[in-house]
Amino acid sequence: MSADRLTTVYVPCDSAARAVGADEVAAAIAACAQARGLPVRVVRNGSRGLFWLEPLVEVQTAQGRVAYGPVGVDDVPSLFDAGFLDGATHPLGHGLTEEIPYLAKQERLTFRRMGITDPLSLEDYEAHDGWQGLRRALQLGGEAVLAEVTESGLRGRGGAAFPAGIKWKTVRQATAAQKYVVCNADEGDSGTFSDRMVMEGDPYMLIEGMAIAGIAVGATQGVVYVRAEYPQAIGTLNEAIARATRAGWLGGDVAGSGQAFHLTVRKAAGAYVCGEETAMLESIEGRRGVVRAKPPLPALAGLFGQPTVINNVITLATVPVVLARGAGFYRDFGVGRSHGTLPFQLAGNVRHGGLVEKAFGLTLRELLSDFGGGTRNGRPIKAVQVGGPLGAYVPEHQWDVPLDYEAYAAMGAVVGHGGIVVHDDRADMRRLARYAMAFCALESCGKCTPCRIGSTRGVEVIDRIARTDGARREQQVTLLRELCDTMLHGSLCAMGGMTPYPVLSALDHYPQDFLAPVAEDKPASAERA
Amino acid sequence: MTMQHDIDHGTPASESTETVALSIDGQRVQVPRGTSLMRAAVEAGIQVPKLCATDMLEPFGSCRLCLVEIEGRRGYPASCTTPAEDGMVVHTQTPKLQQLRKGVMELYISDHPLDCLTCSANGNCELQTQAGVVGLREVRYGVGATEVDGVCGAHHTQSAKDESNPYFTYDPAKCIVCNRCVRACEEVQGTFALAISGRGFDSRVSPGQDQVFMDSDCVSCGACVQACPTATLEEKTVIELGQPEHSVITTCAYCGVGCAFKAEMKGSTVVRMVPWKDGKANEGHSCIKGRFAWGYATHPDRITRPMIRASIHDPWREVGWDEALRYAAGEFKRIQARYGKDAVGGITSSRCTNEETYLVQKLVRAAFGTNNVDTCARVCHSPTGYGLGQTFGTSAGTQTFASVRHADVILVIGANPSDAHPVFASRLKRRIRQGAKLIVVDPRRTELVDAPHVRATHHLALRPGTNVALITAMAHVVVTEGLVNEAYVAERCDRKSFDEWRDFVARPEHAPEAFEAVTGVPAAEVRAAARLYAQGPNSAIYYGLGVTEHAQGSTMVIGIANLAMACGMVGREGVGVNPLRGQNNVQGSCDMGSFPHELPGYRHVADTTVRSQFEAAWGVAISPEPGLRIPNMFDAALAGSFKGLYCQGEDIVQSDPDTQHVAAALGAMECVVVQDIFLNETAKYAHVLLPGSSFLEKDGTFTNAERRISRVRQVMPPLAGLADWEVTVKLANALGYPMHYEHPEQIMQEIAALTPSFAGVSYEKIERLGSVQWPCNEATDEAGTAIMHVGGFVRGKGRFFNTAYVPSDEKVTPRFPLLLTTGRTLTQYNVGAQTRRTPNSLWFDEDRLDIHPHDAAERGIADGDWVGVESRAGQTVLRARVTDSMQPGVVWTTFHFPESGANVITTDSSDWATNCPEYKVTAVQVAKVMQPSGWQQRFAAFDREQRDLLARARQAEVVGK
Repeated sequence: MSADRLTTVYVPCDSAARAVGADEVAAAIAACAQARGLPVRVVRNGSRGLFWLEPLVEVQTAQGRVAYGPVGVDDVPSLFDAGFLDGATHPLGHGLTEEIPYLAKQERLTFRRMGITDPLSLEDYEAHDGWQGLRRALQLGGEAVLAEVTESGLRGRGGAAFPAGIKWKTVRQATAAQKYVVCNADEGDSGTFSDRMVMEGDPYMLIEGMAIAGIAVGATQGVVYVRAEYPQAIGTLNEAIARATRAGWLGGDVAGSGQAFHLTVRKAAGAYVCGEETAMLESIEGRRGVVRAKPPLPALAGLFGQPTVINNVITLATVPVVLARGAGFYRDFGVGRSHGTLPFQLAGNVRHGGLVEKAFGLTLRELLSDFGGGTRNGRPIKAVQVGGPLGAYVPEHQWDVPLDYEAYAAMGAVVGHGGIVVHDDRADMRRLARYAMAFCALESCGKCTPCRIGSTRGVEVIDRIARTDGARREQQVTLLRELCDTMLHGSLCAMGGMTPYPVLSALDHYPQDFLAPVAEDKPASAERA
Repeated sequence: MTMQHDIDHGTPASESTETVALSIDGQRVQVPRGTSLMRAAVEAGIQVPKLCATDMLEPFGSCRLCLVEIEGRRGYPASCTTPAEDGMVVHTQTPKLQQLRKGVMELYISDHPLDCLTCSANGNCELQTQAGVVGLREVRYGVGATEVDGVCGAHHTQSAKDESNPYFTYDPAKCIVCNRCVRACEEVQGTFALAISGRGFDSRVSPGQDQVFMDSDCVSCGACVQACPTATLEEKTVIELGQPEHSVITTCAYCGVGCAFKAEMKGSTVVRMVPWKDGKANEGHSCIKGRFAWGYATHPDRITRPMIRASIHDPWREVGWDEALRYAAGEFKRIQARYGKDAVGGITSSRCTNEETYLVQKLVRAAFGTNNVDTCARVCHSPTGYGLGQTFGTSAGTQTFASVRHADVILVIGANPSDAHPVFASRLKRRIRQGAKLIVVDPRRTELVDAPHVRATHHLALRPGTNVALITAMAHVVVTEGLVNEAYVAERCDRKSFDEWRDFVARPEHAPEAFEAVTGVPAAEVRAAARLYAQGPNSAIYYGLGVTEHAQGSTMVIGIANLAMACGMVGREGVGVNPLRGQNNVQGSCDMGSFPHELPGYRHVADTTVRSQFEAAWGVAISPEPGLRIPNMFDAALAGSFKGLYCQGEDIVQSDPDTQHVAAALGAMECVVVQDIFLNETAKYAHVLLPGSSFLEKDGTFTNAERRISRVRQVMPPLAGLADWEVTVKLANALGYPMHYEHPEQIMQEIAALTPSFAGVSYEKIERLGSVQWPCNEATDEAGTAIMHVGGFVRGKGRFFNTAYVPSDEKVTPRFPLLLTTGRTLTQYNVGAQTRRTPNSLWFDEDRLDIHPHDAAERGIADGDWVGVESRAGQTVLRARVTDSMQPGVVWTTFHFPESGANVITTDSSDWATNCPEYKVTAVQVAKVMQPSGWQQRFAAFDREQRDLLARARQAEVVGK
């Protein structure tokens, strides 16, 4: 052992890692090193996104960073004994982190820094290409920045996939005393965590992206709307904003350019519907989170009635690399009109859950087998919900369709924010369809009739399907389809408008689950006056 | 007369001057840019199904019934939230739309009671109508509590009703959560009392924080009831009586806003009053009084038989009309023979119609042969008449109410529109919410200072009696800081008077700093407010009795006019000097020559040309000498030279100051003839009581604060058999002066023939145009004059007058260390004769004395304690309300209940020019007491006596005379 050399050991501070004991492991490593008189510096980095290996401990060696995981507190002594500070082998070892296939096979453009740096270290950020995009943006000026973003083909990563350049152009061309950039960090979709990872693991990247957006459209105020269930993300962002402001990357004079961009964080309050952009604006304005009718578009009349850019975390976090490496670089990844990469999030009953950033065009089957490794319990995968709770269940015969916005839409499915939730063969699709309606009923803002009443009725109709057979059951199934049609075409927003996706996909691809009457289901709730 | 069904266009009209052309269902339509597809369809004669849209409210987009298809666009956009664009090709009815609408309706009805046939909205329910329109035939989800296939659906159909409000019921079981009520309370009324609580399926309308209506901030304006498409919010009268079958358009008889209403009737029974959307003053809105508090018209207290008695301590004797009028005429003749022509006089009513008021002053001048006629404007806005007449040349407001929509700065002085002109306050607040700035000058923190989404930029809380100091200080700022609109003054104003005025206000003793100790308003605030007003670009002044009811009332009005002229704020939209006239027809009664020195049209009796026109028309000589004002009549009565009074529709004993003085004066008269709908305080001193008629029982016109002349239309026969104008005609005939009118229309014809500013006014024109604003003649637009002084002032050049501040005689002393000022509240109206006889008393059932916590603490007074209030004029007792909306040193009360004796304390201090009483400044002392005041004990006894005398008259009739 090299007693004199200071060794850097990385233990992630990401919420997922902390949830499985990363804080305790970090403390144990520090204590153990102290006890053994070994000079060790523990750095709390972001997560690499290989969640089944968390807490993933990395040791900086001359060859690179060596990974060990999942590390428990009880494993720490044995790691020291084995000489992990020199990168020695150990049952929990995985060799060089960057060579782990799960990571090596990815195309990390947005997440290139994730897990490598100390999230709040401005030196780390700058050393790893940080602020290059913003610097270039300030040189180019707003009009050229807009052209770059448009040319890159970057589309909204929140799920709507609207071309970011077109949205920004609308805001740039609007005349107003004040414009805003709002980052939708509500990330309410089940099984998603990419936004959280960015805010906890690489916050300056988001800040840089929002500042570039401000320059492109002429907005001097930015707001990050973060769900209340992400307290660590909120804390990290606030600290990052403070440090960035002190360093002159935010405030009245961004990087000495004379242009201003001020950023604040607003905490949400536990409503999925506030991830819908107009309900989010209402929430930021201090009102009930109820959806606004469009027109007017937020790009023209958004926050406090002013022209507003609203984008998802990943969209804004991708802007720096587009500016730094150029539109063409980003555009060359992907297929069709789905340019660039998407950080997919593998979750649910999957062996190797985590963050997989790949160019559009790979298939779900590749994600599930090459990365996911099948289910955690080894049972066959029955259904995969792609794109969040409003996404369709994709059956096995569709797993070879390329993950591309248009290709998925064509088959009645949704790429969305890239969340992928795996269900094994024990999944009861009728119950999951019921859950989709129940989720909508729970989270509905209540403004429009198809969602407010339709979702509650949807639960009841599915319950009736469970209790009937024959002609009577057929009538209920027909009613369910017609209800879905009403919600699809009549709802004010995607909450009601897309709830039919999981319901109809369950009904279409797994009709057998809807056949047998079930005796012991609980009756639907009665009067809720 | 059938039911007036206003067209609902779905969304508000666009004010754009650009148009777009599109095709809807194959029809070409052209509409202003910004018009919704829904409204454009209505222009094409097509009604797209809708539930959450209504044209008094901004579109919401929640019901999802109004979906349409637009060629070249995906999806099914809502026509209410989609603006029409050039070249659009729209289809409002397709098989897919049919299917979607049925689907939506099926969901609605799955959570709605199926009791249409017994529901109070049967026949007038938009949900019912739309269910029929979309063709719903079955509800496969089950309805309400029905169990289907073992599953009982969630529903609200058994929710409990909220019947706390006396006028309407809230039945959540029928609510379709269209949000129209919430939006109406926000956008139209501006009170924000309603919200939706809960989310998703649990969404329910919530007054306040899930409170019942009566416990919330609701002011019962009824906008939500009007907006509600179902029976969820329904008038109790409709629940009780059923749907009306015909309607008559008329005008409210409460305040000077003059809201237009549809009286919806069954036979001659009023079912409900619904604001008329085409009424220019109110545009479909109203307050609690006009909409709900009309039941007094059929209250048992109504006087329905004429009565006479020789002495006021004799019981009343019910007699027929002829006998009563003969007796009255005989008495007047006797008195004139004995004491002289000028020993009698009349008081016209500001609540009665123009035609009736005209006839009373005509009777006084032609039948009595004297100019002893006056009106209640004496005690409220006479300084407006004088002040604006002197400076501008016309003694009336300069704008319409709608003009506030274009104001950028609004200065409210001595007025509390939230309570006294609620429908105008709603408009004002809407403008403030859009970004206009507000300055409030008032000793109290009135509601407007800090209301939902409305906050005064400056609240100048001055001491009562210091108005002129404040306005002069503001003028000082304008003049010395170079804020005068020189071009405007040079073009439109009298040079000489302006220069003198400029020098006058520029003096250092008129600076805000110099006046700070006097007014109590920090100089910096005065300067900021003055700058804000001067900068505009459009600044409008609205003022009320807090300006006029002062010893320097006329001076203050002149000061306001000076300021407006100096800043160039008269003569276009969005600016102006706007007196908020209190009564429904006080403007009219002034216009009709109710003043002792003026003939109709504000022309002096000494003007020989004008006078001879009237003499020729009336066939009688008219005295050129001005007659007695009301205060002079009282003094003359006590002096023994004024003995007979014909008082129509005015309760001088309750509303005039120094009650004891007024009572004594009446007591000294030999014949007091009161014509009123109730036995009011003045009637207790009367010898002849002639039944009056309410606004529902006669035809005529009212003129509101906008100079707008609107029709009052009879909906029921007069309870006593004669309308007020008919009584005056008969009295004139009994006095030997013949009057022959078949209908009030003929009276208006006579007025128009004799009064140039009314020359173009006729019932036919009002019928056609809805209303006209005077001046209305060949020199004006057909509908009259909306904005006055457009090219120049009526008098030619606007004239400035120096306004030296003279402190009131009502000074605080060690004996009377507090200043009492008075005002109104929302639910009771003036002397309360009407509103006390309605359920409005549930909101306000006694006059209270508002006192600041500091003053209360000094005197050991807690909230609710009985306190004696004493001035040099008298003493009374009220219950205290401790509130920090007052300032230390100032107390406040209302005058809605006769037993409070608020006017026992007010004094004879009055305006130097017009004798308008200084209600707003009385030096008083307040102390905790244990029993009612001496006056109140005497009042109670007298009140008991007079009621008893009335009861005996009625009993005699029951027993059978």
